[in-house]
This record gives sequence, structure tokens and C-alpha cells, in this order.
Amino acid sequence: MIKIDEKGFYGKFGGAYIPEMLHPNIEELRENYEQIIATPEFQKEFRGLLKDFVGRPTPLYFASRLSEKYGAKIYLKREDLCHTGAHKVNNTVGQIIMAKKLGKKRIIAETGAGQHGVATATVCALMGMDCTIYMGAVDIQRQRPNVERMKILGAKVVPATSGSQTLKDATNEAMRQWINNPVDTHYIIGSVVGPHPYPEMVARFQSVISEEIKWQLKEKEGTENPDIVIACVGGGSNAAGAFFHYYNVPQVRLVAAEAAGLGVTSGKSAATTVLGTSGILHGSKTLLMQTEDGQVVEPHSISAGLDYPGIGPVHAHLFDIGRAEFVAVEDEDAMKAGIELSRTEGIIPAIETAHAIHALNLIEYSKDDIIVINLSGRGDKDLDTYIKWGGY
Amino acid sequence: MNRIDNLFQTKKERVLSIYFTAGFPKLKDTLPIMQAIESAGADIIEVGVPYSDPIADGPTIQDSNQIALDNGMSLKKLFEQLQDMRQTVSLPVVLMGYLNPIIQYGMEAFCKKCQEIGVDGLILPDLPMQQYLDEFKEVFDKYDLRNTFLISPQTSEKRIREIDTHSNGFIYMVSAHSITGARTGISEEQIAYFQRVEAMNLKNPRLIGFGISDSETFTTASKYGNGAIIGSAFIKKIKESQNLKSDIESYIQSVIH
Ligand SMILES: Cc1ncc(COP(=O)(O)O)c(C=O)c1O
Repeated sequence: MIKIDEKGFYGKFGGAYIPEMLHPNIEELRENYEQIIATPEFQKEFRGLLKDFVGRPTPLYFASRLSEKYGAKIYLKREDLCHTGAHKVNNTVGQIIMAKKLGKKRIIAETGAGQHGVATATVCALMGMDCTIYMGAVDIQRQRPNVERMKILGAKVVPATSGSQTLKDATNEAMRQWINNPVDTHYIIGSVVGPHPYPEMVARFQSVISEEIKWQLKEKEGTENPDIVIACVGGGSNAAGAFFHYYNVPQVRLVAAEAAGLGVTSGKSAATTVLGTSGILHGSKTLLMQTEDGQVVEPHSISAGLDYPGIGPVHAHLFDIGRAEFVAVEDEDAMKAGIELSRTEGIIPAIETAHAIHALNLIEYSKDDIIVINLSGRGDKDLDTYIKWGGY
Repeated sequence: MNRIDNLFQTKKERVLSIYFTAGFPKLKDTLPIMQAIESAGADIIEVGVPYSDPIADGPTIQDSNQIALDNGMSLKKLFEQLQDMRQTVSLPVVLMGYLNPIIQYGMEAFCKKCQEIGVDGLILPDLPMQQYLDEFKEVFDKYDLRNTFLISPQTSEKRIREIDTHSNGFIYMVSAHSITGARTGISEEQIAYFQRVEAMNLKNPRLIGFGISDSETFTTASKYGNGAIIGSAFIKKIKESQNLKSDIESYIQSVIH
């Protein structure tokens, strides 16, 4: 059984390793979140916004040309069609309602690709809440359109200039600002990372993905269970959402695509399960890319959303017990897969998502297998990167 | 006897603890800085173990951590540098650092080494009380290391009591809800918090930290606690120093007097 224990651990991974200054905030969330989520008002508002604002349910689309090419029945779960262009908004809608119920006035968040920042700025605009987004200075350069989107939506975007100036550093900065503003501020973490209860709370909000896959697949194929579910993993929120209702269905294979960057042995990679060891980052014990001395290693991926030296504790656990298969996809192969999907199905995916597409080349399956790929986001934000790469 | 216990038995007021980052500004400055802190008349030396992702620290200490790492500092290196520190340093020494580098070193090996070289206590800001009790208390006790927890203005009375019960050595009162180096000076709101905690009559001594930088803030903090901790302000002083020993001595003297 994949289940979180009362201390916030999935097997060996998880917990809440936080400075005492954050204890009251984390405690407040931990004590209240399950009960708040369970209330009918919360569910009504959450479900209502997912339907009318986000545009759910997202289609489960049979990709016939891709299926023919790879010799399997391939479905795409179209999270790219969510309002704002990625799955991230499922979580921000949930958390903003949570923040309101907790009486918070201000929202802070970190962002890598800018998708979570945009999704956060969007729900803040929707609810009339003050919004500040921390983003690595390097990511601000490579995801320019999303920076402008956040600003149009009324959010303040603050560059994180320490360390590698990417997602890890933006997360550090958001945590610091939460310490500085503990009373009126809620921190909307964008993936299944951070101290307990964040990983579980974010997974619950994203679990709508697999909830829908189940009934949609039942309609189309007469079964709720595909043979394989594939998703990319940065922190792992879209993967957690796509896997959630299948964790404990052993016949469904779970495949997680990590970013290998320039190659797992190149020194410029973000393939955490290959290169990582157990450690503590951003408040939880998980697999982490680090030196022998326990310093966090700066990762590399062409996709800002996967450019993170850890993974969510639930994924570290899935890896540890062998419940999920992890594959590592290099920058070049991801870019090619992005072009391939564009040309075979008319869908330009986010570069994060393109890693999941390439996974089709790295795993085994037979032609009757039903494969669901979680299409976590669309490629609009990545046009600059596609143009610079130029291989089309 | 543990030097922290010894200190607080004999001195209950105006205890001054100085934090600096090991390996900063230069790799080999660690021990000379400790010696200068001692000769200047401070009471506790807090040696920071640098970490790549110090989430409770502001820009000044982030920067000193990064410079120390770039200089090649690591826990192994630090233990090498401190191997014979007890030949020249007699003040209580506390190591302050984030959990990950210590866990990679191995908690038991780390504690054992601490005792061997004469470290008296630990401050691990991202080690929560429950994890400490569940996983590490036994080892800390075995090697006679005092463990200091932090409390902040947001910490509830109930939790302060729990922390007091499970602390030994001293309690680190974070003066405001902030990361290090975020403010200077002490506001009335902070004083109300100091008084509130003072009135709780805790069993452990209290040192007030974050925002202490000079004689005035040190004196104010000492009124409501047993003393204070200076970190960011000290780091700023030594960053550009051409003569560490004399700059450290004149700075610490100016704070104490
Ligand atoms: C489209 C898309 N997919 C995936 C990710 C990675 O995040 P996670 O692993 O939490 O799903 C991001 C992050 O920004 C993203 O924008």
C-alpha cells in the first residue's frame, strides 16, 4: 500500500524538517487541511472551479497516429488544455480555497518554468489576493513569456539570485519569505515537495487527473485500468496526480520520466533517482542530488520545470520499493519527442511533457497494451527554447 | 563538566555568543577567528557549518556560506581544523548547521567526533523537536552534547514549555519572525514577546538572537534574557577585514562595553 503515515512519511521518505519559525504555519495546515478538504463547501467550490474555470474534465484523447507509430494503444490525458496551459492550476485552485478558509490574505509561491507561477497568479487574481512569485534569475531569462503573464495578472515577480538561480533557489527564497511573513501569508508550493503535509495535499488536488482517467478509460475501453501510465517528474505533481488512483492497483505499471539533461554521467543532469541519495531538502527527506559532503548539487535540464535536484518523497518511495519504473530522458531526445508529437498529433507539448513522450522509446510493452501519457502542459511557454534548439 | 552548563552556572547576565561561518572569509580563518572571539571577551563561540541551501538565513549568511563552500570548506575539513582547538580555545563551542551535511557524515560519527575535539553543543535549525526525540536525543546525550532549540514570537506557550522540557544548554530566542540579518534594532512588539517569555520562568537560560548588532541592542536583549547572539553583524565586520584579530577584538569590545 502506498500510504502516508501519521508523521508524514511514505516509507523512509517525507517528514517535516523545518526551522521552528515555520512550525506554527505547518502545524496549522496539518491540523486543518484534511478536514477542510472533506467539507461539502470546499468540495463544491473546488469542483465548481475545476469545471468552469479550469475547464475540467480534460479530454482523454486516443492518439491514433502515435499509437500506430509505436504499436500500442496510446491515450493522452490532456492537461495541456487546462486553463493556463498545464496541470499546475489543479493544485493552485485547491490551495487558494484552502488559504481563504485559513483566513490568509497574501500568497507567495516559487516557480521554475513559470507554469506554477502563472497558475498561482491566476487564482490570486480570481480571488483578489496579493501575490508574490519567487523565480530563479536564470529561469526568468528562459521563460520570459510566463514572467510577463504573471505581471499582467497582477503578481509581483521577485528574482532569486542565490545558488544556481533556478527552481531550488526560488523555493529557498519562498521559504525564507514565509518565515518573514508567517501570519497572514500562505505559501502555495507547486509540486509534491516540501514539508508534510504539502506533498500529500498537492497530490490530493492533482489526483483529479487519475480520477478522470479511470472513468474516461472505462467509457472508451471498458476498463478503468490502463496497462501503463507515463508522466514526467520534476518534483512530481503531475505524476502523483496521474498515478494516485493507481498506486495500489499493481497490474498498472507506473513510469516516471526524469530529466537526464546532457546525460546522466555528464555532470549536467537532473535524473534524481539515478544520481541521488537519501537526504533532506526543502523540509522533507527524499532522494537528492548531493555531494559526498551533503551539499546540494546544481541540476541541469533544458526544461526549467524539471530542473530540480530532488523529487517528491512519494516518488522516492515508489522508486525505493520498485512500484514505479524510472527512465531518464536527455535534453536532445526530449526536444525531438516534442517535435514528433507536434507533427504526429498536432500538439506542441511543454518540454517537461516531451520527456514523458520519449519514454515510449525506453520501456517495453506489447501492441495490445493501453498506455496513458499524462500530457502535463502545452509548449507555448517554450517557443524560445524550441526556436533556439531549431531542429525542425 | 560540559562548558555550556559551566558557563551558565557562573554567569547569568550579558552572555555574548558570536556566530561565524567556518571557512569564511578564508578557508584557514576558522581557528584564528575562534581565538580572537575568546580573547575579545565573548562567552560562547558558534561555529557555522556551511550549507548550500540555508533556508533560515538572509543574504549576509547565505553569502558567507557560499564563500566558505567555494573556499573548500566541508564538515571533514572543519573537524581537521578543530582537531586541536582545545589547546588554544577554552570557551564553550557550539556547532550550528543544517541537518543534511551532518546526516551524510553520519549522526553518530558526527557526535562522536564533536565530543572528541571538545564541542559542547549543537544548533540544528531544521531539526524539529519530534525528530530529535525520536531519532537523535540518545546519541546527543551519549556524547554529552547540549541541544539548542529555537523559539520565535509565533511559538505557542504550550510549545515553548515542551521545548523547555526537552532542551538542555540554552534556548535560542529568535527575536522576530524573520530569517537572519533581516532587521536591526528592537521594537516594542519584540520587547513584549521577550517579557512574555521571561515571565514563563523557563528552566533553561535564554539567549536572544537575530537583529543584535551593537552595544545598545545587546544591552536591551540582555535585559530580557541571559544574553544575546550576534551573527550577521559579525559576518559583515569580518568580511572585508584586513586584520581579523584586531577588528574582531575592537568590535566585540564595543558590544560588551
Ligand atoms: C508542463 C509541466 N509539466 C511538468 C512540470 C514539472 O512539475 P511536476 O513534476 O510537479 O509535475 C512542470 C513544472 O513547471 C510543467 O510546467
